Amino acid sequence: MAESASPVANPLAEKLKISLDYDQLTNCMRCGFCLPACPTFHETGVEAESPRGRIALMKAAVDGLLTPDRAFAEQMDHCLGCRACEPACPADVKYGRLIEQARDSVEEHRHDHRWWVKVVRKAAFEGLFPHPRRMRLLGGALKLYQRTGLGQLIRSTGALKLLPAHLTEMERIMPAASGHGVIGRIGERHAAKGERIATVGLFRGCIMDILFTDTNVNTVELLTEAGFDVVIPDSQTCCGALHAHSGEQAQARQLAKRNLQAFQEAGVDWIVSNAGGCGAMLQEYDHLLHEDPQWKDNANWFAQRVVDVSRLLVERGRIPAFRFPQAGQEEVRITYQDSCHLRNVMGSYDSPRRLMRQVDGVEYVEMAEADRCCGSAGIYNLTQPEMSANILSHKMEHARGTSAGIMLTSNPGCLLQMKLGIEREGLAGQMEAVHLVDFLHQSMVRG
Amino acid sequence: MISETVKRELESVLGSGGVKDDPETRVTHSYDGTPMLQVLPDAVIYPETTAQVSGVMKVLSAHRIPLVSRGSGTNLCGGTVPVEGGVVMVMHRMNRIVEVDLQNLTATVQPGLNTKQFIVHVEGLGLFYPPDPSSMAVSTIGGNIAECSGGLRGLKYGTTKDYVLGLEAVLADGRIIRTGGKLMKDVAGYDLTKLLVGSEGTLAVITEATLKLIPPPKSKKTMLAMYRDLYGAARTVSKIIESRIIPATLEILDRQTIRVVDDFANLGLPHDMDAILLIEQDGEPEAVERDIAIIADICRGESAERIEVAATPEQALKLLTARRSAFTALARLRPTTILEDATVPRSKIADMMLEINRIAAKHGVQICTFGHAGDGNLHPTATTDARDPEEIHRVEAAFEEIFEAAISLGGTITGEHGVGLVKAPFLEWKVGEAGIDLMRGVKQAFDPLGILNPGKVFAKSARKRVVLQHG
Ligand SMILES: Cc1cc2nc3c(=O)[nH]c(=O)nc-3n(C[C@H](O)[C@H](O)[C@H](O)COP(=O)(O)OP(=O)(O)OC[C@H]3O[C@@H](n4cnc5c(N)ncnc54)[C@H](O)[C@@H]3O)c2cc1C
Ligand code: SF4
Ligand code: SF4
Repeated sequence: MAESASPVANPLAEKLKISLDYDQLTNCMRCGFCLPACPTFHETGVEAESPRGRIALMKAAVDGLLTPDRAFAEQMDHCLGCRACEPACPADVKYGRLIEQARDSVEEHRHDHRWWVKVVRKAAFEGLFPHPRRMRLLGGALKLYQRTGLGQLIRSTGALKLLPAHLTEMERIMPAASGHGVIGRIGERHAAKGERIATVGLFRGCIMDILFTDTNVNTVELLTEAGFDVVIPDSQTCCGALHAHSGEQAQARQLAKRNLQAFQEAGVDWIVSNAGGCGAMLQEYDHLLHEDPQWKDNANWFAQRVVDVSRLLVERGRIPAFRFPQAGQEEVRITYQDSCHLRNVMGSYDSPRRLMRQVDGVEYVEMAEADRCCGSAGIYNLTQPEMSANILSHKMEHARGTSAGIMLTSNPGCLLQMKLGIEREGLAGQMEAVHLVDFLHQSMVRG
Repeated sequence: MISETVKRELESVLGSGGVKDDPETRVTHSYDGTPMLQVLPDAVIYPETTAQVSGVMKVLSAHRIPLVSRGSGTNLCGGTVPVEGGVVMVMHRMNRIVEVDLQNLTATVQPGLNTKQFIVHVEGLGLFYPPDPSSMAVSTIGGNIAECSGGLRGLKYGTTKDYVLGLEAVLADGRIIRTGGKLMKDVAGYDLTKLLVGSEGTLAVITEATLKLIPPPKSKKTMLAMYRDLYGAARTVSKIIESRIIPATLEILDRQTIRVVDDFANLGLPHDMDAILLIEQDGEPEAVERDIAIIADICRGESAERIEVAATPEQALKLLTARRSAFTALARLRPTTILEDATVPRSKIADMMLEINRIAAKHGVQICTFGHAGDGNLHPTATTDARDPEEIHRVEAAFEEIFEAAISLGGTITGEHGVGLVKAPFLEWKVGEAGIDLMRGVKQAFDPLGILNPGKVFAKSARKRVVLQHG
């Protein structure tokens, strides 16, 4: 009765058999509770675009019921990796691991990336993210490009038209880059104001540090104000999230080890992140290195010590008073888009909201479906422009519904995506996307 | 695979976007919530209108190709697994609320509508649709009707069958029928509406339903009673009913279930209790207060350790939501969870609990039990591993005995999950030979070619539980 496809020798199938955690595959009992949480299922209404569907595809590939082909790989690529399906799953299926294992295998056997995706990926993953100095150089170059009006020139000559449309769009919303990074700007060590509560290490992030240097500087000032000594170990590197989520596990592990060492040597009590995507990755170093006897214990220590800046402030800090400086007669409305990884992996959704509600002079309104992915998800908006655009357009409908003047987020990817959404929807001038840390810093009443 | 001819004919009815037969689509429509069952369909189709469904049935009956209607595939009886191949028809694109009639208090909806969305919508209009299967956040109204689903509110408010007033359905040959209507009374001929409710997609395809709505209760109170003695909890259930109190909800969870549910929902439920009763009463505020006080007394009389009343509606909702996750949460214990649906008269709940535990011990299998205790509907759930055939064999033997025990206590093999494939071999135990003959006659009248969800409800022979390799 059961139709079992003849086990065709398929190298991807063989690789999947080795990499996929079969226990996790069978733990999915196909109840479908994750379906309503999944943005790609929501968009398409197609079972193959749901977590239950994707797990079934993976299992079918391992069981020999399906020969994994290009459509299989595409289905894995369509997943945002937002992991909203995980907290929704009563059976505790570790979907995030499964999709990483599947993508790792797909990557190894992939021949069909569009040329520019390949070039960008290789350059970025191997040549750039792991090297803070090169990142800063890139930041410098970007800055030069932005400053000199070279950007203007290139834009007007249409050179950018050679790139896909969304890259061009992204170029327009990119913030001013910096060639220095947070350490270059303010140095490595910063003392707490008043009595010291703990010593924390700032994870500066690679993209964060060149595109959002101000946010890193502001994070340090918020933390010292709230009673923390802050160290920014200079030997830290990229968190490895983009690598891990795109199937480059080996590289991700290398980066993890460098970070473990950097923060251990710095002697910190907590490792603070201000980017949900990076923080979630750091928090899962224990899983990343669980098979490495030499690093396992360190990784466990590290994972337990990683905390999001909002949560650290709310749970352990002396929260300063906040008053929005532009508060006039009319109250400004603010709203918030959850960072998926901050919410679904780091479990931090209450803390950012508590902080926002404490700011005088603004009114916080909850946006409908704030917990649903905005469609950015790392490099998703580059590789899956269409799905990403559809998701974003739904998101912006809800954003409009809040009539907020300020849209806050806690992750650089989300921030850029929100800026993109505002631009696309013609909301510029009415709504502004800001990192939560910057907003709090701006509103902080210094003691 | 379906032939090119059939594919073209289906495409001419549905458009090219309405027919898919690629391997990914077939694999993702080869299962439902039932463990250890998987068979690929030949194609998957997505109709958008009743006319299209009718067109599809004409094509399929001409070629004698089986059709399996599918809502969200959450059923637990193999109901949407295409065991004889053919076409799976996904009803999700027919998901409109056609009308809410505020004068007659009825709603007319398409079958692919999500149950929870519907419930939330009518609540927004100040009305109430009680059937709330635990899967309601995922399931469809069509699936609920086809399975006659119950829920946490079944005790006081009844199950899906009590709310279906009329149906539009497409017969196997493509003809369209309408039954019932916005009518509180209708005795024109046999009650085809009730016949189609619970027919598991074997008699017709439901394409529209007219549902009864009622005014919502004025107030609600939710409480937890915790026991160190499982049977004390079970006896409480019978005592409450005996005292002529009908709570809206009366659910039981045993120790293992409490633990896994709490691991998932982090509610701080006590891990050292042998059972919890989750009780909700609704109605006029004074009546609710009075009932809750009496129920609390009965619980204490049966030696409940602790009684807690939810402080806020949010807390109450959290408790109910956590209860809804029970079945899936049990998958935390072992990779495979096989759940049954034995139902007994409410006075026999404690006896049934005793039987379940005796049988589990006898066969050396782990069975956790939770369920709609107030309905007499228990869900003994075996946590096991599909990869261990010997253990699965013992589980099956244990469940067979549990069915026997249920029937000898005056109960049934399934209270709400349906017969489908997995209970088909046991149906005769409940309805007898004459009952089966009669049901076969009904099936024959509706579906002479046997193309509507074949292999379900009626077993070819007195088979054992079907266990397939890939599951
Ligand atoms: C975690 C969990 C909890 C559950 N809790 C409950 C519960 O509390 N109470 C309860 O009763 N059940 C429960 N169930 C079982 C299941 O969810 C219900 O049977 C539900 O009604 C199925 O809805 P569905 O849309 O998923 O239907 P499906 O599973 O897709 O289909 C179910 C049956 O209906 C038929 N069908 C679907 N649509 C149509 C149509 N338009 N026309 C004709 N036939 C059709 C199918 O052929 C199939 O036989 C639970 C299941 C899970 C996984
Ligand atoms: S909620 Fe969990 S167990 Fe249920 S289908 Fe989704 S992943 Fe599988
Ligand atoms: S990670 Fe997000 S997009 Fe991917 S399956 Fe889970 S919920 Fe869907």
